[in-house]
Amino acid sequence: MPLRTLFEKIWDAHVVTQQPDSPAVLYIDLHLVHEVTSPQAFEGLRNRGLKVRRPDKTVATIDHGVPTRTGENGRLSFADELCIRQINQLEKNCQEFGIPLYGLNHPDQGIVHIIGPELGLTQPGMTIVCGDSHTSTHGAFAALAFGIGTSEVEHVLATQCLLQRKPKTCEIRVDGVLPTGVTAKDIILAIIHRTGVGGGVGFVFEYTGTAIRALNMEQRMTICNMSIEAGARAGMIAADDITFEYLAGKRFAPQSEAWERSLAKWRCMKSDDGASYDRVYTLDATKLSPMITFGTNPGMGVPINGSVPRPTDVSDSAQKASLEKALAYMGLQPGQPMLGQKVDVVFIGSCTNGRLSDMQQAAEILKGRKVAEGMRVLVVPGSQEVKRQAEAQGLDRIFLNAGAEWREPGCSMCIAMNGDQLEPGQYAVSTSNRNFEGRQGKGGRTFLASPFTAAAAAVAGKIVDPRTFLS
Amino acid sequence: MEPFTKITSRVVMLPVNDIDTDQIIPARFLKVTDKAGLGANLFADWRYHADGTPNPDFVLNQPAAAGALVLFAGRNFGCGSSREHAPWALMGFGFKAIIASSFGDIFFNNALKNGLLPVKVDEDTHRQIEELLTEFPATEIQIDLESQTVQLPAGKTAAFPIDGFSKACLLKGTDELGYLLSFSDQITLYEEKIKVEL
Repeated sequence: MPLRTLFEKIWDAHVVTQQPDSPAVLYIDLHLVHEVTSPQAFEGLRNRGLKVRRPDKTVATIDHGVPTRTGENGRLSFADELCIRQINQLEKNCQEFGIPLYGLNHPDQGIVHIIGPELGLTQPGMTIVCGDSHTSTHGAFAALAFGIGTSEVEHVLATQCLLQRKPKTCEIRVDGVLPTGVTAKDIILAIIHRTGVGGGVGFVFEYTGTAIRALNMEQRMTICNMSIEAGARAGMIAADDITFEYLAGKRFAPQSEAWERSLAKWRCMKSDDGASYDRVYTLDATKLSPMITFGTNPGMGVPINGSVPRPTDVSDSAQKASLEKALAYMGLQPGQPMLGQKVDVVFIGSCTNGRLSDMQQAAEILKGRKVAEGMRVLVVPGSQEVKRQAEAQGLDRIFLNAGAEWREPGCSMCIAMNGDQLEPGQYAVSTSNRNFEGRQGKGGRTFLASPFTAAAAAVAGKIVDPRTFLS
Repeated sequence: MEPFTKITSRVVMLPVNDIDTDQIIPARFLKVTDKAGLGANLFADWRYHADGTPNPDFVLNQPAAAGALVLFAGRNFGCGSSREHAPWALMGFGFKAIIASSFGDIFFNNALKNGLLPVKVDEDTHRQIEELLTEFPATEIQIDLESQTVQLPAGKTAAFPIDGFSKACLLKGTDELGYLLSFSDQITLYEEKIKVEL
């Protein structure tokens, strides 16, 4: 047997058939569904008179349009009728096609990429898809997980398979010990800064190295989550004891004898020593600082002590035009330091940084402090379970006492479909994954950063180095 | 899906790099449960002022854009989210092909599944096309899928790659689900095999 990468092992085990000059028919072990990218797929099934082939391998939740606020009557306040209609449609579709739904008011509802791992649905060696580009998150468990479009959602519902061309592999090796105050979010922002937002197109990333191995599962998910922001099809991390410890006892994880059998298989879910990749990047974790973006894509980032790049320093004319366009949108001056930039809103949450450890990091800085005058701070747990755990630890009190809002779970201001959004011109430090123009509300301007950096900005009212708040 | 064979059209020039799907169709328009009507909101935040009136400086609002079937964009067109609403919106406006030097991976797949042709040309060719179309803006170009070529102004031609499977699907207008369903028996065998292994 030739030496194989983790990706190649999973790929090989899932090819049902491959005809000459055609894409592979790839089997999918877990299909996650949400309300925004599925209605047209279910309608397609109806039009063709098809059933869902494996409802037992399909799980749905409601996250994108769900309100995070309750009204005076204690009920969720929806942004508009369209959100309600889309959510009702998913409820109807799940009922008609026999799909389990972790819907509104369900104790396990949450962002699709948070609840999959939390429930133990996400497991090593699996192929996992969802009509959502941040499906790459699940790769943290040595799974091959990627986002698909609505046509492909229909394909998987109908056949449990997808037509796929084999991507190339790219190793991203991060060695060394991370300095204090520097997090998984800073690692991935530094990686995307290096590769650019198109550098990963056609590749599956595998993150390796001592800095990656030292991360816990939540931090590994943050890294894999943003693989798509470099354009990569997926991001993965080999399974190890940290993976197994996370999964042990989770509701849908194998139990007793089945656990032992699974463990034996999962231990092979790593690249063979000496297996080769089509491309390799290396990064020295010891040299990293907290990162922050200044522009309108996640590759436009700098260390927090850095300054806004000058278009005059860029030789490539297209790059220069992009930078000029980004700075005009962001209202920033070339050469301006990031430190001290004013901020109006802080958002802590999303499938990138909406897990318990993210809430803990934010709380570490907000504890005993107050958010700056006039600053709006939203803390949105990624799931009902994250919310319960955070409240059990008293984190909600820390946020509320500091003057932040503690909300119900959902995607919230990461995608701004549910009414949580920036006003035109406002600046936000956000722990989410995209700083595209208008992403957090039309005319809103986003700086992506870690929960530490976001919480520090909430207290200071401007961009500051979070390490000044950490002992 | 409608077959794609050959089109002749003027080109709408939007030579910007890394145009993400949030620009193509902002998230607030994703609350639909069908595919209709998205064309009106294509590039909404670039195309309309805050009060909803059209921004006359944006290329889609200029008279030459009316009826155009081809959009010319920069590198990494359609990066970002998986929303298939992006190709639906582009097609809803009337586009049938996008020329770019590279595409976001999910967007590329989504486009093919809807009969929207992603024409990927190398950087040199991209630059040449941009120069020619800037010089001769009103010229019609022809995109021929069978020969995988773009006929440009001044008698120039550019070739573009596409995999054989996608090409055959586009030429015939076949959708991939029919092809996948034809493997039902193999899928059942695969499922039996993995069940035994568990």
